[in-house]
Amino acid sequence: MLTYTLRRLLLAIPTLLLISLVIFLLVDLAPGSPASEIPLTVPPEVREKILESLSVNQPIFVRYLLWLKQFFWVEPLNGIDWLFGTNYAEGMQRIISYQTRSPVFPLIGERLPQTLTVIGTAYLVGVLIALPIGIYSAYRQYSLFDQFGTMFAMIGFSVPTFFTGTVFIIVFGVWLGWFPTKYDTTLEVTDWDSFVKQLRQMAMPVMVLGLANAAAISRYMRSSMLENMRQDYVRTARAKGMSERTVVLKHVLRNSMIPVVTIIALGIPSIFGGAIITENLFGVNGIGAALIGAIRGNDLPMVQTLAFIFAILIVTFNLIADVLYGLLDPRIRYD
Amino acid sequence: MPDGAAPVLEVRGLKTVFRTRGGEMHAANSVSFHLNRGEVLGVGGESGSGKSVTMMSLIGLLPSPPAEIRDGAVLLGERDLLKIPPDELCHVRGAKVGFVFQDPMTSLNPVFTVGMQIMEPLREHMGMTKAQAEARAVELLELVGIPDARSRLKSYPHQFSGGMRQRVMIAIALACDPDVLIADEPTTALDVTIQAQIMELVKELRQKLGMAIIWITHDLGVIAAVADRVMVMYGGQVVEHGPVKEIFADPRHPYTRALLKTIPSIAGAREARLQVIEGQPPILSAAPTACPFRARCAHAMAVCEAENPARRAVDGAPLGHGHDVACHWTPPAREGAGHA
Repeated sequence: MLTYTLRRLLLAIPTLLLISLVIFLLVDLAPGSPASEIPLTVPPEVREKILESLSVNQPIFVRYLLWLKQFFWVEPLNGIDWLFGTNYAEGMQRIISYQTRSPVFPLIGERLPQTLTVIGTAYLVGVLIALPIGIYSAYRQYSLFDQFGTMFAMIGFSVPTFFTGTVFIIVFGVWLGWFPTKYDTTLEVTDWDSFVKQLRQMAMPVMVLGLANAAAISRYMRSSMLENMRQDYVRTARAKGMSERTVVLKHVLRNSMIPVVTIIALGIPSIFGGAIITENLFGVNGIGAALIGAIRGNDLPMVQTLAFIFAILIVTFNLIADVLYGLLDPRIRYD
Repeated sequence: MPDGAAPVLEVRGLKTVFRTRGGEMHAANSVSFHLNRGEVLGVGGESGSGKSVTMMSLIGLLPSPPAEIRDGAVLLGERDLLKIPPDELCHVRGAKVGFVFQDPMTSLNPVFTVGMQIMEPLREHMGMTKAQAEARAVELLELVGIPDARSRLKSYPHQFSGGMRQRVMIAIALACDPDVLIADEPTTALDVTIQAQIMELVKELRQKLGMAIIWITHDLGVIAAVADRVMVMYGGQVVEHGPVKEIFADPRHPYTRALLKTIPSIAGAREARLQVIEGQPPILSAAPTACPFRARCAHAMAVCEAENPARRAVDGAPLGHGHDVACHWTPPAREGAGHA
């Protein structure tokens, strides 16, 4: 298992380097540059100076290597400095946002908590709803419960979040007045009352996203359960005199979880990526909103950095999924 | 046949029906038989003849729906297994009746260790502690001839060969010292040398443990090697039944005769070697009113269409205790054979 994990970890390094190159080139070669944001009234020599200060007039491979160095060396050092009050990174050039002229990482750090609380909770809620629905739907295939589960999944799948979100706002926010329609990012949880307030403002985005997540995962769970329920070893477990509970929740579930765990783990990076539409709809000032803003403002370093962070997360959770896969399925392990 | 002693298992008039979209399928029709302590009953017949369905009906292993047991009684000792509630039936399965299935490659759960799968019924039915169950599991693996048993407990099924997995399956079936072991084509998926080993093992275990065995197979050669008595099934009913020597020496039912002819022989001219029974076994959409074998039978008569033959004793012994057959046709007396 250890060699298996190490092998996967080593493989991740060239993968990430390749991704970083592709992202850098893709964003850099795309139309639009920081120069286009500078008004035409600015004199050419001043314009030249601005571009120089942003170091965009250097060859692309130099900028790529510089960005790599900043990403993997300067920024981690800055992180250490920030954590322990040291000053290793003093005088080093950080990744600077074109828009705000401030380092990119603190900006991301400001946005991330919003996204994680709202979208992370939505994902967790989605998974916790989806698994029991999937398991029971499969156990009682074609029952009334299963039909409802199927309908629920169809709705979650096919109705886009901007629509469910709007419907939720109208029904729960406007008509019933249960929840606020906008998410207040300045709210700080200090006591019980503010905690309740936080819960109330989280409720709608969490429901909207949770529904969408639960729909997909419950279908995977159901089909995986159904597939395993037909296997010979299930008959063996029954022939051994195991109770239905043991047969389904131990023998079948353990096997059925193998593909589902992978899907859940691979979905986690999307939490960090934010749900751009839902964040916009409810005014959650998260990472999705930051990405959209950066794209609109031709803020190349911000876009490159965010995209690369997502790529790292995806590779990491891929790795985690693979390791979990090995843990759940002894046939996969390389030992 | 030691008469007088109560049989371990007695099945009376078992009827199993599958309800499908295309209508009902009568998979077992009035199947009756008994099983004495320590004997091996061979159940023969081709695929679709109702052998497995009958045996799985006994302990409620068929998924319901679509399967439904319409009628009959399954007496294990004093209790009728068809009448006891499902949660009690759980404690009969695995504890009193062990089951070994055809395909050892898929019959074990791939994600649990072999040890855990053997210990599971021990802890469930015998209330053993982990240590007790582990000791017993080692004992069982040694019993079925798996070397280095203690360390093998931690292995997963994919680390075993097919024959070894079937040994593990047998160990699981034997775990709680069952009265009856039902082996559903346990050697079919194995190659011939392993098949012989497994047959030897089962015979040896029966000597040691004295349980009764029902051995389901389509291969009459296997039955000849292991069984005391034979029950041949066709179209969901018993067509011939009797002591193994009788059946092989003097088969009465045309189906049994045909089956015996299909056993390939090494001797003889090449083109005469492999015999087949033309046609397919019937799918019965209603309880049969005619002989189910009539369409493939060389001796079919008018009466075969009109009436489903009942089992009748051939040798004068009470029905079910000697040689009996369900056929209207009487084979001509063999020359020189002293069968009166």
